[in-house]
Amino acid sequence: MTRFLAMRLLSLTLSLVAASVVIFAVIEVIPGDPAAYMLGLNADPDAVAALRDELGLNGSVLSRYLHWIGGALQGDFGQSYTYRVPVSELILQRTQVSGPLAIYALLLSVLIAFPVGIIAASRRGKPADYGIMAATQLGIAVPNFWFAMLLVLVFAVKLHWVSAGGFPGWDGGLFTGLKALTLPAIALALPQASILARVLRSSLLDTLHQDYIRTARAKGLSRRQTLMRHALRNGLIPVLTILGLQFSFLLAGAIIIENVFFLPGLGRLIFQAITQRDLIVVESVVMLLVFAVILVNFTVDIAYAIADPRLRRHR
Amino acid sequence: MIEIHDLTLDIHGTGILHDVSLTIGAAEVFGLVGESGSGKSMTALAMMRLLPEGARASGQILLNDTNLLALSEAEMCDLRGREIGMIFQEPMTALNPVRTIGDQVAETLLVHGRASRKEALVIAAEKLARVGLPPEDVPLDRYPHELSGGQRQRVSIALAIALRPRLLIADEPTTALDVTTQAQILALLKGLVAEEGMSLLLITHDLAVVAGMADHVAVMQNGKIVEQAPTEQLFTQMKQPYTRQLFEASHHQPDRRVTARSEPLLSVENAQRNYRLPGISLFGKTPVFQAVKDVSFTICKGESLGLVGESGCGKSTLSRAILGLEPLQGGRIVMDGKEVQAGVHMPAELRRKMQVVFQDPYGSFDPRWKVSDLIGEPFHLLEAPPQNREERICEALENVGMPIDCGDRYIHEFSGGQRQRIAIARALVLHPELVILDEAVSALDVSIRAQILDLLADLQARLDLAYLFISHDLNVVKAITDRVLVMKAGEIVEAGTTQQVFDAPQHPYTRTLLKAAPQIPRAWRKEHHA
Repeated sequence: MTRFLAMRLLSLTLSLVAASVVIFAVIEVIPGDPAAYMLGLNADPDAVAALRDELGLNGSVLSRYLHWIGGALQGDFGQSYTYRVPVSELILQRTQVSGPLAIYALLLSVLIAFPVGIIAASRRGKPADYGIMAATQLGIAVPNFWFAMLLVLVFAVKLHWVSAGGFPGWDGGLFTGLKALTLPAIALALPQASILARVLRSSLLDTLHQDYIRTARAKGLSRRQTLMRHALRNGLIPVLTILGLQFSFLLAGAIIIENVFFLPGLGRLIFQAITQRDLIVVESVVMLLVFAVILVNFTVDIAYAIADPRLRRHR
Repeated sequence: MIEIHDLTLDIHGTGILHDVSLTIGAAEVFGLVGESGSGKSMTALAMMRLLPEGARASGQILLNDTNLLALSEAEMCDLRGREIGMIFQEPMTALNPVRTIGDQVAETLLVHGRASRKEALVIAAEKLARVGLPPEDVPLDRYPHELSGGQRQRVSIALAIALRPRLLIADEPTTALDVTTQAQILALLKGLVAEEGMSLLLITHDLAVVAGMADHVAVMQNGKIVEQAPTEQLFTQMKQPYTRQLFEASHHQPDRRVTARSEPLLSVENAQRNYRLPGISLFGKTPVFQAVKDVSFTICKGESLGLVGESGCGKSTLSRAILGLEPLQGGRIVMDGKEVQAGVHMPAELRRKMQVVFQDPYGSFDPRWKVSDLIGEPFHLLEAPPQNREERICEALENVGMPIDCGDRYIHEFSGGQRQRIAIARALVLHPELVILDEAVSALDVSIRAQILDLLADLQARLDLAYLFISHDLNVVKAITDRVLVMKAGEIVEAGTTQQVFDAPQHPYTRTLLKAAPQIPRAWRKEHHA
């Protein structure tokens, strides 16, 4: 297990280095002057030169890369050109919204998907199964922004349970913050939960055909016990894969939902930074997201090994 | 102790069992013999009430006067594992891969509320020790993938007997195991019956296995019991023609004509195949596993050479090396004057000369191809497809005794024996000189196996083929080969003519193998040959 962990950590580090090189290359090295690009077509040459200087574009490629990475490692991502504040500050603010939202949505998705998937698998071919399959099909098909708008109409406009959008920050207490994130989290979680439940169902059904399920039944376990004690953990591997992909998506892919609910999240930050040509912000946020994705994959790998001893290699 | 009266079973309306009646006495070993599809496993599953969906059973299964067919599912759950234990054929898949063996044995006790978790683990350790897996050698926290097939089957037995059930059902418990492991597992089961006083229902297709084990034998065919009697009586009398047919098929000797000539066809010289073991050491030598160590032999034209050994001894690795699918780390393989090298492109002419038939008649065909395309596929080895492609395919089909119109059908429409004929047709279509038969009849029932052996003997005589016949089944090797090699741990430990090796084995390992193979006592056999 120790060697397994060491190998995974090594691969994590290498992936991060590779990703940082690619991001740096795409944004700073590929032909075209970032400073000129940021200032637009009709920029004053002096302003471009000043910006180049500010961005440190005059050094060699290697020294610029090292400077960027060195700064990033110490939490210094430079200064945003449009906001005129340190990028780290921007990211920190936005992560306070996006991080909790992603985790919230993921938890909801798991809490919905597991019972639903298990019920469908254990009642295969019965009305409950058909009902769940139809509902999850719908959950996947309906666009989440449309569903988000429905939620706003019902719970904010009609019932006044929550506000229609915006985020009050965490200063008002945990509850206030979570309340503001509830509708977006539900809107994000529903399609994810539908996918997850279907994956879990089919994975469980596959496992239930295995010989060891028959062995368990021959020991005297009931159907339900067999499902919970033997099938579930074996059926978890594909579910973990999907879960990892979903978390990465939730972190960065919530742009539309953030827009529907006026949430100041990472998605909106990067979207605005791109439209305003603020490459410093783009570069850093993309790196952060890549870091998050790689970290999630690492966690999923560890989870695989916990779920399935065969993946831990030799003792 | 357990009585089955007129058990009739259908699944989705198809009749599976018809009026099956049998009685298993206390502390008795009852052998249930039949070919695949005869209904023996379904009888066992009916006793456990673990039948597939859509199954309807009628009749009575009485366990101490309780009719199991009338019990509720909850009552059955209470009874399974406690009164009746069961072990299955496939030790590789019968255990949950993500839970430790101790945990899985203890679960039998826990699920019946017979012990606390701590006590259950202590009992699990005792039971595992009883089946030959003492905790000092095989700790409770091992996972199934860390054990061999024989060890896994022992774990299956331990969890089935953990609560000392009155009846243990063993469904082909040794079919997937090597002869030596089979002998050990059978001895273990026999010992358990004597010690624990439980009854054993032993289901098998192998008459020799029941001959050595059972007190009472029933023979099943097409869902019916055709004959049952005390073991010795059944073997010596054999009242039913089907029983006799099974018996004869089990040691069938095809008519062979010696076609071997002294011209060498394939020669293997000091072949060596190493695998790197997992694990990285930056310094020092990487650990290697020698699958094939310094193996040399020759196959002459028209000769049938047997290669026997247990699983993992390197026989399949060797056959893959001969086919040019595995690189060698030492030595060389020469086929008809040309060296076989893996990794470099093998000349089509060379590849054409050797073809292979594998064990699994289900997994070795693409299900979406027509039979004629499956058989015709090797034609891509020719520079241009033959003008008479259809004719050649028909010829191959005729050679293996299949109707020529089956070329338009798909592989799932055929039985296991027919598929194996088609596999042989595919190997023959290019008129090879050497056919490698890698456990080619091991998955087949005895009567089908006898037919395929006849076919192979006939083809060899007619088409001047050389065979490399790889098998763990000594009876089959004896029936079809001129010479035999015995392989152990990557080495050839004995080589000689088949008769020599079987009648006067020199190496202790060969003797162990021959001794381990179950035999029907000679005295019982004579009466039929007379």
